[in-house]
Amino acid sequence: MADAGTLLSLEGVTKRFGSLVVADAVTLDLPRGQALGIIGPNGAGKSTLLNLIAGNLMPDQGLIRLNGRDITGTSLTQRCRMGMGRAFQIPQTFSRLTVFETLLVAASQGRGISESEAAGDCVSILERTGLLDRANQVSGSLNLLQRKRLELARALATGPDLLLLDEIAGGLTEAECASLVGTIRSLHAGGTTIVWIEHVLHALNSVVERLIVLDFGRVIQDGAPDAVMASREVQEIYLGIEA
Amino acid sequence: MRYRVQTGQGGSWIVALAALVIVVVFAALPFFGSRSLMQDLFFVFTMLTLAQFWNLLAGYGGLVSVGQQMFVGAGAYGVFAAAILWGINPVAGLAVSAVAALVLALVSAVFVFRLNDAYFAIGTWVVAEVARLSFAQWKAVGGGTGTSLPREARRNMWGADWVEQVTGLRAAAAMDVVSYWLALALVVATIGGIYWLMRRKTGLALAAMRDNPQAAASAGLNAGRIKLAVYVISAVGAGIAGGLIFMQNGRVSPDSAFSVIDWTAYVIFIVVIGGIGTIEGPIIGVIVFFLLQSLLADLGSWYLMVLGLLGILIMLFAPRGLWGLISGRTGFALFPIQRRLFIEERED
Repeated sequence: MADAGTLLSLEGVTKRFGSLVVADAVTLDLPRGQALGIIGPNGAGKSTLLNLIAGNLMPDQGLIRLNGRDITGTSLTQRCRMGMGRAFQIPQTFSRLTVFETLLVAASQGRGISESEAAGDCVSILERTGLLDRANQVSGSLNLLQRKRLELARALATGPDLLLLDEIAGGLTEAECASLVGTIRSLHAGGTTIVWIEHVLHALNSVVERLIVLDFGRVIQDGAPDAVMASREVQEIYLGIEA
Repeated sequence: MRYRVQTGQGGSWIVALAALVIVVVFAALPFFGSRSLMQDLFFVFTMLTLAQFWNLLAGYGGLVSVGQQMFVGAGAYGVFAAAILWGINPVAGLAVSAVAALVLALVSAVFVFRLNDAYFAIGTWVVAEVARLSFAQWKAVGGGTGTSLPREARRNMWGADWVEQVTGLRAAAAMDVVSYWLALALVVATIGGIYWLMRRKTGLALAAMRDNPQAAASAGLNAGRIKLAVYVISAVGAGIAGGLIFMQNGRVSPDSAFSVIDWTAYVIFIVVIGGIGTIEGPIIGVIVFFLLQSLLADLGSWYLMVLGLLGILIMLFAPRGLWGLISGRTGFALFPIQRRLFIEERED
């Protein structure tokens, strides 16, 4: 059992784009070791919330804490160095660097260590994410599944306490998705705390133990995946089923 | 699991040996080559230096500056002001060039680093124009019409006496030899320094920034600090090159020292046709540029049109430049920086 202390906490986090409220006083605590899924219809504010947590966006109101420390005003780079690793929805590769070099740069910069100190961990992450045989391949030449794996691997190389996944299963075939989910599940089993936005619900629900549902920037459900999915509100708003 | 990380590739030592031979031949050239050949090579070396620094700035740092002429100009005036106002030897004056460029880089960074992308490009150009107009007001170094390096300063140039004695050349030719050696030393130090940097952790970070700034930031790279460092280093490099170019020229004016065509447009052309974001690209680019200039210089404005057309064609059909075509097909690198992982023993 992982440490029960809170790793990430959001208190009344609000973000507006003009008159549109995209994050509406979001409050949540994420215990260390938990995998949290975030779902919601398109435009519900899922990506905005992840961007607020990662530091791509700054909230208009509210506080974000990591390990009890207020990180609200810190940048993307600072948050990475404090222990947040992020995988993007559309893979962001360093097209001319190899897979191994991608991990080297993430590990050495994200953790402030030398390349030789980082190399051992990079090899182990390549193995865990199924990329060891692609280590010397240039990232620009990878297929979609391999790029998604590289997104995950790059995020892990920064040595995160908290892993943020943005629709990482999107666009994959069933078999590819199952393979990637297997990797994420084993990472979580190893104690990694995860916040995961996903439209592919069966992939998400096979890993996370807690699900929150966003609608118009508000948290409308928060609980165990089965209970949340069965709730009438979710069926009406998210799945479009009339009760 | 046992593994090994190797930077470089098979045959690297052959390239290193060939590079050493080329540098030694270039260094010995004053003893057997003609003065015009040395002047041509001086031009090639100084343009290559400028191209390598612009490539570092734009190709790796993503800072597409159109204002590098500001640092060339500051460097040029550094040598002249040092000689005219304080009687400093022109060779030592190159240190003043470096300091002048450094100061201007730090001051201009306050303004241009508030801008991004195209606005940064325009901002650097505007700041360079302001610098040109400001230097044109400096009466002590000739104001708008410029000035010449004092005869005394040229005659006393460090090393010229020794070259005269050893080679039996006349004073003017001996000064060309000193300038030529300094240009050779500068370009070797520039390429060697950039190669050294690219093999280090910071070099890998620069390559990551070149390929994807957003992913670089989320991998913990402090892009702002790296960009500022690259901007300052490129400025100082351009400043020393500018000091050297005008020391050899013997005459400076605001229009020539701060020329956007000579010190930025041609330099961008060299980097783009050779291959941006590589060390090899500017080397190929400067050779092509020199050949085109030698062949087409008599054609006046047609020459510029041919350069422009060629630049557009390369950008459309070979966006990674001539070196990109070569390395894309062969995987060969003159300056290998790729870190390769070799698994020597797997665990079951």
